[in-house]
Amino acid sequence: MIYPHRDRTRGGYFSDLTLLSLCLVIGFSTVGCDRETKVDIATREKILLLGNGGEPKALDPHLVSAVGDANILRATFEGLVTFHPEDDTKNEPGVAERWEPNEDFSEWRFFLRNDARWSNGDPVTAHDFVYSYNRILHPEFAAPYSSMLYFLKNAEKFNKGEVADFEDVGVKAVSDFELVCTLESPTPFFPDVVKHTTWLPVHGPTLEKFGTMTSTFTDWQKPGNHVGNGAFRLTDWRINAYIKVRKNPHYWDTANVKLNGINFYPIDNTFTEEKAFRGDLLHYTYIVPSNLVPRYMAKKDPNLRIETYAGSYFYRCNIMQAPTDNVDFRRALAYSINQEKIVKFVTQGGQIPAYGFTPPSDAGYHPPDVIHYNPDKAREHLKKAGYKSGADVPEFTIIFNTLDSHKSVAVAIQDMWKKELGIDKVKIENQEWKVYQQTVLDMKYDIARAGWIGDYVDPTTFLGIWRTGDSNNNTGWGSPDYDRLLRESSLLSGTDERYAKLAEAESILLDELPVLPIYWYTRVYLIHADVKNWKPLLLDNHPYKHIDLQRHTDLQRDEEGTE
Amino acid sequence: METARYILSRFGQSAFALLCIITITFFLARLAPGGPFLDDKAVPEHLIEQMNRNYGFDKPLVVQYGYYLGRLLTGDLGPSLGNKGFTVNEVIAEGFPVSFMLGICGLIIALLIGVPVGVFAAAKRNTAVDYTLMTIAMLGICLPTFVIAPLLGEIFALKLGWFDVAMWEDSSAWFLAALTLGLYYSAYIARLTRGSMLDVLSQDFIRTAHAKGVAPLKVLFKHAFRGGITPVVAYLGPALAGLIGGSFVVETVFGLPGLGQHFIKAATNRDYWLINGTVTVFAVLILLMNFLVDVIQAWLDPRTKTK
Repeated sequence: MIYPHRDRTRGGYFSDLTLLSLCLVIGFSTVGCDRETKVDIATREKILLLGNGGEPKALDPHLVSAVGDANILRATFEGLVTFHPEDDTKNEPGVAERWEPNEDFSEWRFFLRNDARWSNGDPVTAHDFVYSYNRILHPEFAAPYSSMLYFLKNAEKFNKGEVADFEDVGVKAVSDFELVCTLESPTPFFPDVVKHTTWLPVHGPTLEKFGTMTSTFTDWQKPGNHVGNGAFRLTDWRINAYIKVRKNPHYWDTANVKLNGINFYPIDNTFTEEKAFRGDLLHYTYIVPSNLVPRYMAKKDPNLRIETYAGSYFYRCNIMQAPTDNVDFRRALAYSINQEKIVKFVTQGGQIPAYGFTPPSDAGYHPPDVIHYNPDKAREHLKKAGYKSGADVPEFTIIFNTLDSHKSVAVAIQDMWKKELGIDKVKIENQEWKVYQQTVLDMKYDIARAGWIGDYVDPTTFLGIWRTGDSNNNTGWGSPDYDRLLRESSLLSGTDERYAKLAEAESILLDELPVLPIYWYTRVYLIHADVKNWKPLLLDNHPYKHIDLQRHTDLQRDEEGTE
Repeated sequence: METARYILSRFGQSAFALLCIITITFFLARLAPGGPFLDDKAVPEHLIEQMNRNYGFDKPLVVQYGYYLGRLLTGDLGPSLGNKGFTVNEVIAEGFPVSFMLGICGLIIALLIGVPVGVFAAAKRNTAVDYTLMTIAMLGICLPTFVIAPLLGEIFALKLGWFDVAMWEDSSAWFLAALTLGLYYSAYIARLTRGSMLDVLSQDFIRTAHAKGVAPLKVLFKHAFRGGITPVVAYLGPALAGLIGGSFVVETVFGLPGLGQHFIKAATNRDYWLINGTVTVFAVLILLMNFLVDVIQAWLDPRTKTK
């Protein structure tokens, strides 16, 4: 078998044996001297060392949906529109130089730059995008997250096999450099949508060199074979060890790319990652274990960053069975959760108590301000639900996927319901990740912990999942009024009117409470002072071409201290 | 002749055990709730069905089992469902050498520490030295690797800066991982050595040697050691298998790309073919080690065959 990505000269294990004896000798003799650390060397060579959570499922943009996977794809591919380095509500030109909608935002024209190149030198054309959208929507390919493209006319029907000809799907290459997308309904935020990984292009000739357009098991995504169109190209990949990308000389804007490369390290264990940062092996950690955050905050560690993130942490209620089928009972549960206490004493990562479901965004959408801790109101609703006291409430269970932080939240809430409402028959149960997913899907739960991260900056990415029968709904809840408001909002082109409609819909959601909002996520991570231009972003989608590495000297540190 | 027949029957037993393990794993993996295609965000039903068709999971389980066995005979372990684009053969070929090296290094460290400590404790039996050493060994057995590993990392990597604290490439973290495994097994080996050395030291020929006026150290190393070390040798096979298979914790703590990590992640990802593949590899390894030990023991001590 051939492993083209295995760097035998450097990554070999037996060479490490000899290296070790050397290290021991050198190590002992240089203790106390100022050694250049791995991070120092990487900064000098302008290689960014990123901790990236778990091992990616694939490096094929059409096969993944996880955040960590997207982080790598953002380096190796570029979409029509790309991310702004400082503001996720703004759009930067990617392969498309500019774009324009028709009057009612139901048709978008993208004008592609003619100097965009694949990493093998081939030009990137509008046909590549049509090919890619055909692939991800193709029923035989069965891309797990193809529904992101259902914005295109007939895309859903084609994906389900109801429309056989891709010609009927609303995407056309008018010329090599002009792409027209015809949509199901007006979508003023469409440029935000096409930034998502599912809308990235793939290189057809490379796919077909190693298989067919719709085959999932080919070698095309391996180093040496891989062709992308991003600022960086894939050079090495070893499972559970590293993924390396280096500057792509064919990238149209390569002159403005500051880094020479990025090494992504898939470190599942968050404690290991944090130690790797302290041991000067990483510029950046994907996360900080929540129980270490207070310690970092206490010593005011300059490397710690806590930033708002477009994600919502909540509990799903099963609407189809007692006791959670009763709306007043759900209200009682929601109003007796002391969210402030949870973020302050349990999660401890600067999270924000969720007064609604959709996290407030810089783009101007604010959810109705409804859910606040109010034990008196909660007790009133409990009475209305027909319970004289909490002791009459039948036994029910909170399930969560096995993770200590979810457990702590569940225990806290169990305690709050007991204290405020007198409900003493709440059980908590952890389930292994896949079991939990299946349980939620089959709706065999009473209350289930959940989280939702926005795919783009628009409230519809949060509110869309509560439409009747949506595949992510899984509560049994549905409201004709809610569905109608969402539908009506999609026909409006004025942002303010649209947001007003969506807020109206959200107030129905927050009144009937198929979900109990708990908090809005924050991104908590460590970043080395050498990393420049890494700005807080709502969706955390950092375009790497703007990132730079410069030695942060002690002098600079002192200056900052005196400011 | 008799030996040959014994070896053949032991081989047959091992092969049968392997088939049972492969079969049970195949069906158990499928019985677990959830599936490989469930994702953070819901995947529509029609796509899950298509994926099942793409991977042949739509056929009856017994038929799939037949296909699987057929493929297995040709050495093809199938595609990995959690690491798309890689075959299980590729995943194992990358991960196994890492775990194997950790296991071998761990074993060497365990022997280098465990055997001398055991011999020394036996020589000083029932003294304060003996008790102290055996208490430490007992502690070593009780302290799980997930406590020792982070502790070693914190001290030798972060405090003293002698090693890297994690990662594989250009990193010395693997030595701390091997050391963790070695320390853990050295405690077992020390107790095992001490016990069997005491057995031998109490026998008549040792008393005779002492009576003849042979120097005590010579008695210990020349006369007693060979007999005393035999149980340790017998333990090496299973220990190596255990070291290689049990390296999951150290691989996770030190971020090393070994097979142990795949073993666990395959199960949580419901990566069916990778579950079967890793279990098969570990099963072959453990059965092989036990088989070899049995054969060697039969050869060394003919009485074993009749047992």
